[in-house]
Amino acid sequence: MAITITVNGRRHEVAATPETPLLYVLRNELGLSAPLYGCGLEQCGACTVLRGAEAVTTCMLPVAEVESAQITTLEGLIEDGELHPVQQAFLDEQAAQCGYCSNGMIMAVAALLWRTPHPTDEQIRAALDGNLCRCGSHARILRAVRRAETLMWGDEN
Amino acid sequence: MANRPPNLSETAGGPRPTWGEPSRQLDDWLAIEPNGTVIIYSGKVELGTGVRTALAQIVAEELDVSLARIRMVMGETGRTPDEGYTAGSKTIETSGVTLRRAAATARAALLEMAASELGTEPDALIVQDGMVMLPGKPGRRVSYAGLIAGGRFEREISDVAPLKRPEEYRLVGTSAPRLDLPAKFTGQPAFVHDLRLPGMLHARLVRPPAPGAMLVSLDESAIRDARVVRLGDFVAVAAQREEVAIRAARDLRATWSEAPALPAMETLSETLRQAPATDRVVTESGDADAALQRAATRLSATYTTPFQAHASTGPSCAVATFDGETMTVWSATQGVYPLRGALADLLGMPLERVRVIHMEGAGGYGQNGADDVAADAALIARELRQPVRVQWSRADEFAWEPKTPAMVMALSGGLEANGAISGWQFDGWSPSHANRPRQAGGFVAGRLIGAPGPPPRGFFLGGDRNAPTDYTLPDQRVTLHWLASAPLRVSSMRSLGAFANVFANESFMDELASAAGADPLAFRLRYLDDPRARAVLEAAARRAGWGEPMPSGEGRGLAFARYENTEAYAATVAEVAVDTASGAVRVRRIVVAHDCGQIINPDGVHNQIEGNVIQSLSRALKEELRFTPAGITSLDWQTYSILTFSEIPVIEVELLDRPDQPPLGAGEPATVTTAPAVANAIYAACGARPRAIPFTPARVLAALEERNWW
Repeated sequence: MAITITVNGRRHEVAATPETPLLYVLRNELGLSAPLYGCGLEQCGACTVLRGAEAVTTCMLPVAEVESAQITTLEGLIEDGELHPVQQAFLDEQAAQCGYCSNGMIMAVAALLWRTPHPTDEQIRAALDGNLCRCGSHARILRAVRRAETLMWGDEN
Repeated sequence: MANRPPNLSETAGGPRPTWGEPSRQLDDWLAIEPNGTVIIYSGKVELGTGVRTALAQIVAEELDVSLARIRMVMGETGRTPDEGYTAGSKTIETSGVTLRRAAATARAALLEMAASELGTEPDALIVQDGMVMLPGKPGRRVSYAGLIAGGRFEREISDVAPLKRPEEYRLVGTSAPRLDLPAKFTGQPAFVHDLRLPGMLHARLVRPPAPGAMLVSLDESAIRDARVVRLGDFVAVAAQREEVAIRAARDLRATWSEAPALPAMETLSETLRQAPATDRVVTESGDADAALQRAATRLSATYTTPFQAHASTGPSCAVATFDGETMTVWSATQGVYPLRGALADLLGMPLERVRVIHMEGAGGYGQNGADDVAADAALIARELRQPVRVQWSRADEFAWEPKTPAMVMALSGGLEANGAISGWQFDGWSPSHANRPRQAGGFVAGRLIGAPGPPPRGFFLGGDRNAPTDYTLPDQRVTLHWLASAPLRVSSMRSLGAFANVFANESFMDELASAAGADPLAFRLRYLDDPRARAVLEAAARRAGWGEPMPSGEGRGLAFARYENTEAYAATVAEVAVDTASGAVRVRRIVVAHDCGQIINPDGVHNQIEGNVIQSLSRALKEELRFTPAGITSLDWQTYSILTFSEIPVIEVELLDRPDQPPLGAGEPATVTTAPAVANAIYAACGARPRAIPFTPARVLAALEERNWW
C-alpha cells in the first residue's frame, strides 16, 4: 500500500516503507535539497520542514505519520518566484557562513513569526535553541529575525 | 616571486609533496568568454568564509568589470591552478594577491590591444565594465570580449603590471553580498551532500569501536537489499535507498578485537607532560633564569586545553565514481591537489587518473572528516563499479574526525619591586598539528585496509603558534616540548595551538598585572611598542568602556594577540556575570577591535570575526571531547554540546581599516583572544582564576575554592 504525502502543495505517491524518516523521502524520492542530514537524532535542526505551520525535524519522523499533513520545505516558501520575507531577511542580513544550518534556521523562524508575530528576544532565542550553528552566525540570524518581523508585519511594535 | 605556495610550513619536510606549485600562466587563471563573462580559475575553495565573493571582487576591481560578469571555478584538479590547501586564513593574502596581479596583467594586455585597434595609446583609454573607450569619443570603443575574441593571452602573470591605488577602488572595500548565499537560502543544491549521479548508491560505514581494533568476524545474515564491502578491517554497506543502507549498517554484526586503551581523561595533563617529547626553544632573549631569580615576586601557573572537535554541523560526505580508468571524487576537501596525491597512493593509481572536484560541505574549520570520507567513497566505488555517495553518521564524525590536541602550558614570571616584569618562562606540551593525509596511511580507510601509518613528517607544526607573546620582554625563554604522538588522532583546527597558547599567555599576563597591582590594560601597553598593536587594544578598551564600574558579581577582562606574531591584530574585551553559588558563567558582551590591513569586504570580515568570537566562546565555555579507555564517548550533540542561541552575548566589532597595508587573514585572529578575555573577566568578577578550558560551572566553583585575592 503506497504512501501519499503532500509537499509544497503537491501530492506525491512514494515507494518508501512507512517507518522511513521523511528526510530521506524528501531528498531522495522528491529530489529536494533544502532539508539536510545533520545528526539523525533530532538534536540539530538541519532537516527542519513545516508540518502545517509548525517547524519539525524530519530525520526521525516516519513518513507514514505525515500522510494527512501539509509539508512545506524551504523550496516551498517561494511563492510566484518571490522569496519569503524570512528568506529575504536572511539575504539582507547575510545571515550565514557555510549555510548548512540555514534551511533549519529559516524554517524555524518562519514558524515562529507565524505563531508569534512580535516575539520577545527570549522567545526568539528559545525558538532557535534547537537549531545548531557551528560557524557562529547567531548574531546575524537574530538580526534577520527582527528584519523578517518588519517585512512580514510592519513596524507595529 | 609573489606567488608563494599557500602554506609553506605544511610543505616543508617529509616526502616531496605532489602539489602546491601554481602555474604563472595567465590563461590558467583567467579567461574571457565571447559573451563577456570573465572566468576565474582558483585553486582555493569556498569553506563558508566568503572567499568566492572576495576573490571575485578583487578581480572585478582590477579588471574594471562588474561583479556580475565574474564566474568563479574553484578547486578542481586538472582545471584550476594548484594552490595547495585553503588553510590558515591565507586565501586573501596569497591567492588574492596572485589574482589581483593576474587581473592587472590581463587589463594591461587588453588595453594594449585596444590602443592598437583604436589608434591611440593605452594611457588614453578608460574602461567601463569591460568596455574600452576613448573618452569623449563614444564611437571609439571595443569590448574585452571583442579584443580577446575567444583567444588566449599567452603570457605570464606580471609582477609589474600597474595596480589600482586604494583611493581608486569602487568594489574592493565594499560589502558585496555573498555570491553563494541565494542558493543556500532557497534550497538549490549547494553542498556535496546534494550531488546525485545516475545509478548512484548510498553507502554507510561500519567502523570498529576504536582505532586499532581488528575485525574478527562479520555476520551478514540480517542484511537485505544492501551490498557489503569488506577490505581488511574496512567495512561498508551500500544500497539503492539511503534508509536501507542506514539499516544495513546497524544490522551488520561485526565483532572486533580489543583496541589499545586510551589514557585516563582525569590525569591527561600529567600523561602529556610525561610523554616522550622533542624539546625546542622557540624564542629566547636575555637570561630568564637570572631575571626570575632576582625578582621580588615570582608566579607560576599551569593552563590546560582539552581535545576538541571541529564538530561540523553536516557530517562529512563524498561522492565517487570509477569508470575502470579514472576515479572521480567530489569532496569538501580543503585541498583538491593534495587529496588527489593521497588518493592516488591509496588506490595505487597514477595521479593523472584521479580527479578531485571540490563541492562545499558544512563549515570545517580545519581538517574534519572531509578527506577521510573521500577515501571511503573512492574505495567503495572501485569495489562496486557504481557511483556511490558516502555519508558519515553524526557518531562517525565525532569518533573519527581528527581532533585538535589537548595541550598543557606552564608559565613562570617574576616582578620587580616596582611591578615591572622580571623574567618570563613558557613551557608548552603539544604534538604537531600537521597531519593532513599525504599517502594511504593518512586516511582512516587507509589504516583499515592495512596501509602503514604515515611516516614522521620531520617537522612540527602548530603547537608553538603564538607561544611567544607580542610583548617586549627582555628576559624570556619559550620552549615547546613536542610530543611524538597524541592519544587521539589529531590534525589542524582553526588557529592550531594559538588558541591554547594565547589563552595561557594572556591569562598569565593578567595574573602578573594583578600581582603587580596594575590595571591589565596599562600593564600590557607598557610592553607593547608596535603602534598597530597598541591601537587595537586601546580601541577595544575604549569601545567597551574599560575602567567604568561594573555591578557586583560582574567583571570585564581583556586579551590581545597578533596572530602568528606576524599577521592580523585582535583585542577582545569580555563582560561576564558569575553566579558564585553554581559557578555558572554568563558572557554578556564581547567587544573586538581588529586590524587585518586592507579590507576587501567589510561585512565579510565582520561575519568572520563574529564567527570567531562565537565558536571560540563555545570552545572556552563548553567543549571537551570525552573518552574512556575504551574509546571516545562524545558522539552526539548531547555529549559534545556547543553554544546555543540562549548563550550568545552582544558582540561588537570595530574594524581598523588600513587600505595602504597588505590584506591579512581574518579567519582566525579573533579566535585566540576570546578564552583569555573571558577567563580574565571571570577573575575580575569573582576572583576565581580558571586555568583549564572549558570553564564549566564545576571548574569555576573549584577555582572559587582556591581563590586567592592578591
